[in-house]
Formats: sequence, structure tokens, C-alpha cells
Amino acid sequence: MPKTYERREFLAGLLNFPPATMLLGLVGPVKLLAADGGDEYDPTEHYYAMGIRVEECIGCGKCVQACKLENDVPDEPFYFRTWVERYIVYTDGDVQVDSPNGGMDGFPPVADETFPPVAAGKEILRTFFVPKLCNHCDNPPCVQVCPVGATFKSQDGVVLVDEDYCIGCRYCIQACPYGARFLDPRTHTANKCTFCYHRITKGLLPACVEVCPTQARVFGEIGDRSTPLNRMLRMSHLEVLKPHMNTDPKVYYTALDGEVR
Amino acid sequence: MFRALVEQIVALRTRIRERRVASSRRKVPTQVIQLGVIFLAVGVGMFLMRQKFVPETFGDLGHYRGAAVAANAELEPHYAGWQQCAMCHPDKVETKNRSFHRTVSCETCHGPASDHTSNPMGLKPELPTGREPCLVCHSYLASRPTGFPQVIEDRHNPVRACTGCHDAHDPTPPESIQECSACHNTIARSKAVSPHAPLDCEACHEVQPEHKVQPRAHVPKKPFERAFCGTCHAKGAEAPEEIRGVDLTVYEIPRIDLVTHGGTFVCWQCHYQHSPEAR
Amino acid sequence: MDPEHLAQLEAALAQVSGFIYPNEVELHWSILIVIYPYLTGLVAGAFILASLEKVFNVKALQPTYRLALLTALAFLIVAPMPLQAHLGHPERAFEIFLTPNSASAMAMFGFVYAWYLMVVLLMEIWFDYRADLVRWRKNDKPVMKLVHWLISLGSRDVSPAAVAFDKKAVQFITIVGIPSAFLLHGYVGFIFGSVKANPWWSSVLMPIVFLFSAIVSGISMVLLIYYVTTLLRRKELDMSCLNALASFLFYALIIDLSLEALDFIHRLYESEESIEILEQLIFGKLFLSLTIVQILLGTIVPIVFLAAARFSELPNEMKRMIYFIAAVLVQVGIFSTRWNVVIGGQLFSKSLRGLTAYKLEFGGQEGLLVAIGLLVLPFLILALLLKILPPWKDAETSPEPSEAQLT
Repeated sequence: MPKTYERREFLAGLLNFPPATMLLGLVGPVKLLAADGGDEYDPTEHYYAMGIRVEECIGCGKCVQACKLENDVPDEPFYFRTWVERYIVYTDGDVQVDSPNGGMDGFPPVADETFPPVAAGKEILRTFFVPKLCNHCDNPPCVQVCPVGATFKSQDGVVLVDEDYCIGCRYCIQACPYGARFLDPRTHTANKCTFCYHRITKGLLPACVEVCPTQARVFGEIGDRSTPLNRMLRMSHLEVLKPHMNTDPKVYYTALDGEVR
Repeated sequence: MFRALVEQIVALRTRIRERRVASSRRKVPTQVIQLGVIFLAVGVGMFLMRQKFVPETFGDLGHYRGAAVAANAELEPHYAGWQQCAMCHPDKVETKNRSFHRTVSCETCHGPASDHTSNPMGLKPELPTGREPCLVCHSYLASRPTGFPQVIEDRHNPVRACTGCHDAHDPTPPESIQECSACHNTIARSKAVSPHAPLDCEACHEVQPEHKVQPRAHVPKKPFERAFCGTCHAKGAEAPEEIRGVDLTVYEIPRIDLVTHGGTFVCWQCHYQHSPEAR
Repeated sequence: MDPEHLAQLEAALAQVSGFIYPNEVELHWSILIVIYPYLTGLVAGAFILASLEKVFNVKALQPTYRLALLTALAFLIVAPMPLQAHLGHPERAFEIFLTPNSASAMAMFGFVYAWYLMVVLLMEIWFDYRADLVRWRKNDKPVMKLVHWLISLGSRDVSPAAVAFDKKAVQFITIVGIPSAFLLHGYVGFIFGSVKANPWWSSVLMPIVFLFSAIVSGISMVLLIYYVTTLLRRKELDMSCLNALASFLFYALIIDLSLEALDFIHRLYESEESIEILEQLIFGKLFLSLTIVQILLGTIVPIVFLAAARFSELPNEMKRMIYFIAAVLVQVGIFSTRWNVVIGGQLFSKSLRGLTAYKLEFGGQEGLLVAIGLLVLPFLILALLLKILPPWKDAETSPEPSEAQLT
């Protein structure tokens, strides 16, 4: 067969592979931002959100590492802007959840090497990893309770903290239903995931999305934009964490199990 | 008449005088004036403080300091992003993007590289060595999604470096994958202790050889009707006398009436085919 | 980073049972935040007791009227201190006045506090004492004379008209003060009650429960202070006053117990998702402080004691002793109530799957020493206030007959 035909078929096969298409789609937003005239970033022209494909997460913890490195988060196991949880549902209905050091160093095996995967005499029904982070809610309870206006939702949809204005009262940390906030022990101010605001405003991806080896984390914009996230929003069955809290989160999960809190 | 008029004027004057005296008694008590002065001073003081001390950009975009947005955007990135790598290493990136590692970004394994991109010759990114960097993702964990390639560390060429057989930028296994369990470990492990242990995967699944090269593009076929399971499990079906050395006169295949058993459901709606127990 | 603080967190991490979100190892609102509602509760309770005398004309409580006001003031002065000590940036605290977020209950603190302090409490004390201050200045020693002159703002008018105006002002301010006192402590209840993320706090009843436990604590604190100060002055305890205090304390305790029982029954009946972890909390970590101290020792035992003493024919000396013991138990019980709400609400994870631990350090900015200091300070301030503005002086040295002598 002529070489061109083989190559064409191969490339067509590549495109059938969703991750490849997504990667190609990544080129899109970069070009788009550059086309905006280059220098000035206009926050009113963007609205960010994130997608998490639970069925792809392998629990390697690289996202947690990358976030800590990128954002200078304290190393200790008490401060996380993002973390990964492991859920193990047993056949007797019992559910075990763990997140050793936020999942940063991966996870230890749940059982010794016995077949089928059982632990402590119980049989596992299903088990999976769930990455968590600030949901950048559209109705954020943390912003509502800040007494001085030190945390806010920016025009491009990112909930940010004003480190120079925060008085460290910790009300926002109490109000967040997802445990996404912590108090930075060095600045004594509230701290949390910022969607790597310093990166996305330059057209880069958040660090956790950049290093995820399976593209379980998908970043992009919502609204009429051609980003990998928008396609995910169209094609997948989506859920959010704790919808009954009416926080209107902007981190969308696929294959989110009912046991996830 | 003149007298009456004078009397009326005098009466009016008296009334006015009385009212004036009464009102002078009802004037504002001194203590209230003293307090009023203090409260006024405090109020004015607070107003002036507000004018002076509220930060300049506060309220521009909402109930927050507008300058805080820029402050959040000020940090210097540590991760450069794989497109940056592609600018100087296009060959490596292209190879990688055609391989199983197409979704793995350069910095996933090589660590943050923005220092390197600003000083390419002076500062080099990490070079992962040994087995650990690969095992972080590929060691077997029950919670990893089925189909994700996983190895059991002690049994998969122990001690030897992964890169001895696998090119990190094109990690296609050196030999074609022999066992389905290389990627479908959880299923294999369940099956191995179940009554279906003697059955090969191919006994039920039609697998094209391309599946081992491009798994998602060539998905194996699964059984789609009850009759398939019936080839062994229906009453009166002809089954081999042994499957892979298991003597079927000793370990009998469970038989059911294919017509009545299980109503309109297909078999795998109740029985987990890789570990079938009568549950 | 403070190594001691990190060591504490390590210790807490070791005590985690089940699963908590990684950021939840650190307990954010410490004992200082337990002390704050305790103090403002005392303020609100003492003020409401004082208003019982002024507005509802409960004459038996007259000996405690000014005492209650001064008690409220002493605790109110100390109240913002634990908050200030707790902030990550105390030097930025004034921002609450500059840019308060009107959606935040906490932002209202600055204004509610300022209103209550300046417009209600200080005003009421000022109007009530003004005439006496002017009179006392005549016979004062030099230092006290200056202090009294300053406090009275140099006022000189003690004509019957001015005094009558003062009395009307006090009446008016007390009437305004009652809802203000409700607001001062009720909004603290709202701060907790409006946090939907926390099922232990999130409740419609929270501000009401806070308020009634405040009334209970205020009445019992005034009872204790009246008892102690009268004995220290070697005077006779007014039994009708003590009986009135005991009655009101008894009624308030009944209402408080009913409200807490209602909350408990309601939670159990609705059996929402959080019930499992909250049960673990109540019967595990909080068993001692909730079931034993708050409910049994802090509410039920005082109710029984007060009922037995008040509505019986026991000799007065016995009654007084029982009232005293009941009041002390109530104080401990109410402090425990605040502890159970604030600390208890942070001991379980928002994932509803695990429990953590609170490590109270001894020293440090939010430690036990600071807490004890803040609890002792109001009494020191009260002692000073009693010296400057003695609530009972007019009954002894004033040439004008006092109200107590007239009634």
C-alpha cells in the first residue's frame, strides 16, 4: 500500500483517540489568546472552569506535587490547594476513604498481593481516585462571609484571595463546604487554589492540568469557546460536589460516584 | 369695644409670654448637648478615617481591592508548559505525541522546567532514573482504572531499569503484550480465583491483534446474547470434557434452563462474568 | 513557620479517626473563639436582667440594677480582645470598619459592638450615674474627683428637671437596649447558624439558643457577683433580691433546656446525613463536655437545685448556698455550651467521614494562659469600675433618699 495512505489512516486513527484531539485542542486557546492583540489580558473576555474525569485518574499524585511546587505551598501535610482522595467501596457496604499526605506521594497498596483485591477479609466492590480542589463556585459561601472583602470572584470566574487585605479571621475556611481553604502559616492569611491565575492569564495551563499524565484534569473556558472543557461539558454526564449546598461549583466531574463527599 | 380689643391684645401677649417661658423650660438639656458634641466628633472622625484609609482601588470591580487581581497574577511560573519544550525539542515531542505517552506532559516526568527554558544551557531539568519514577504511575493499585497498564513491581523484571526495555518517549513494550493481564490486571486477578479461571480471555472475547497496539481504536468484542453463555451452561449443551486440564466430570459446569432462567435479562446483568458466583 | 505549631498539627494528625479533608487537620477557631460568645453572652444576659428592673419594674431586683450594668460593661470591654488576639493580622482589624461586607454577619460585629457600647451601655450608665457623680464630686478625694468629673463630662445640672430627664433617658435607652442586647449576642449565633457547610452549626435555632443561654449565664453571673460583693462588703444579702434572681434563672433555664431539647429531638427525628458522624461526636469526643457538663451539671442539676430551694421552706442560709452552687454550675455549663458549639463543630470532617482532635496548647497566642487571662480580666475591670462608680454608695452617703429606700 502506498505510504501516504498508511499515514493518513494512522493520523485518522490518532484523531479517534480523544486525548489526542484534546491535546490538539489545547493549541486553540493559546492561539486565541495570542490573537487578542498579544499584550493586554482582558479578564472580561474569559470565564474559566475545570473538568475532572474520575475514570481516568490513576492516583499518581503528580498534580498535588506540581501545585505545591508551582505555587510555593508549604510542604507539610496540613496545607493543600489540591489533593487526591481514594475511595474503596466494599461488598458489605462499608466505604473507606483515605488521602495520605493529600496523595502527593501516591498511594500505598490497599492490600497485600492477594487475589482478588481484598483487604482485611473484605472484598472490594469498586475503588477509584477523586482529585479535589477549590471549585471556584459561582455562588461562593466563602466570599459571602468574608467580613472585609478580602476574597472575591474575579471577572474571569476565579475566586481569589487578597493576601494584603485578609485579616486572618478564618471565617471563609469555616464556610467552605469542600475543605478547599487553609491558613498559610507564613502569611497568616487565607490561601487556596487560584486556578494558577498567574499562568492562565498568560495563556498557560494550571500546573495540575499540565502534569496530569492521563488528562483526567481538563481546563478551559465555558461559554461559546472552543476549549477541551467545553467539549467535555457537551459530551459527558456531569456532576458537581455537594450540589444541595447551592454553591454552583465550576469544577465538573464525570463518573462521580455517589459515595464521594 | 376699644376696651375689649385691648383686653384681647393683653390676653394674647400673656399667652405668648407663657408659651415662651414654657418653651425655655423645655429647651435641650445640657447633658444631651454634651453627649451630642462627643457623638458628632466621633462620627466625623470615622467619616474622615474612611476617606483616608480605604484602599484606592477598593470597590472598582466589586467589594474588593481591584489591585488584588494583578497581585494574584504576579507570581512567576515554575512549569513552562509542553509547548515550550516542543520549541527546542520537536523530535522528542513528536515521537511522544504518537506514542502511548501522548497524554503525558514533558514536565510530568522531568519536573518544572521554566528555569531551564530561561537558561537552557546552564540549568537542566531532572532526568528520571531507576524504576521509581515509572512505578509512581504504573505499579499495580486496585483503584487504578481498568485498562491502565500496570505491573506488579516484584514480578516485572525486578531491579532492572524500566528504560532498559521501554523508551520513555515511546513506551511501546518491546514484545507484543502476551497477556491481557498486562493492562487488565484487576479483571485477570478476579478471574484467576473464580470458576472461570481455566478460561482464556479469548474464549469469550474476540480480540483483534491491533488492540494491543491501539487499544481504544480496536476494542475487542464482547458476547451479546444469552445463547453465548448457554454454549456451556445450558441444560443439554455440549461441553468439552476438560478445559485446560480441569476434569469436568469432577468439577461440573453448572447448568440452567436457558429458556426460563433469569427472565428477559442477559446473563451478565446478574452474574459478574469474570468472577461468577451465584449471588 | 512555628515549629511548635507544626508539632501540634502532627499530634492532631495522629489522632484523626476515619477520613478528614487534608486541610481540616488544623482546627481554626480555638478557645479564644469559645471565650468570645461566652463574654458577649454575659453582657447580653446581665443587661437583660437590668432591664427587667427598669422596664418591667421588678422592684426586688433593684439592688442588682447598677451592678448588672457595670458587670455588662466590664465584660463588654474585654469581649473584643479574644477576637483581636485570634486574628492572623490583628493590625488590620480596623478594615472591618472601613470596608465591611454587608453580606457577612461577622462584618456587623464592629458596628453592633460600637452601637451597643456607646449608644446603649455607656449611655445608660452615664444617665443613671450622672446626678450621683455630680453630687459625689463635692466630697471626693482629688484623684476620684477628677475621674468623676471626666466621666460626667463636667456636667453640673442636678435640678429636678435634669434628673427627671435622666430617668426618662434611662428608660428609653433600656427599651432600645433590649433588642440591641438581643442583636449583640444573637448575631454571634447567626455567625454560626448561617454556615451551611457545617451541619452542627447550621440551624435556625442557633441564634435563639445562644440568646437564651446568654440570659441564663448573665443572670447567674450577676447573682454570683452580687453574692460575693455583698459578702466582701460585710453587708446583709437581700433575700427577696436573691429569690427573684433565682426565679428568673430558673425560668430561663427551663426555656434554655427546652430549646436545646427541641434541637436535639429535631435532629434525631429528621435523621439527616450528618446524624451518624454527629452521633459519634456526641457520644465520643463530646460526651464529657456535652452530656455530663453542659446538660447534666450545667442545666438539669441547677434546675433541680433552684426549684428545690426557691419553692421550698428551707432556711434562708441554706437557700443562698444552693443558689450560689447552682449559679456556679450554670457558669461552667454555659462555658461548656460554647465549647461544644465552637470546638465541637470543628471536630468532625465536612466529609462526614471522620473526626479530628483539638490540641489546646498551654502558652502561645491562642493558648490556655491567654484564655485564663481573658477570663480573669473582666473581674479586675469590674473591681475597678465598682471603685469608680460604686453601685451602692447612694444608699449610704447621698443626702437624697434613694429609690431603694423609697420602695
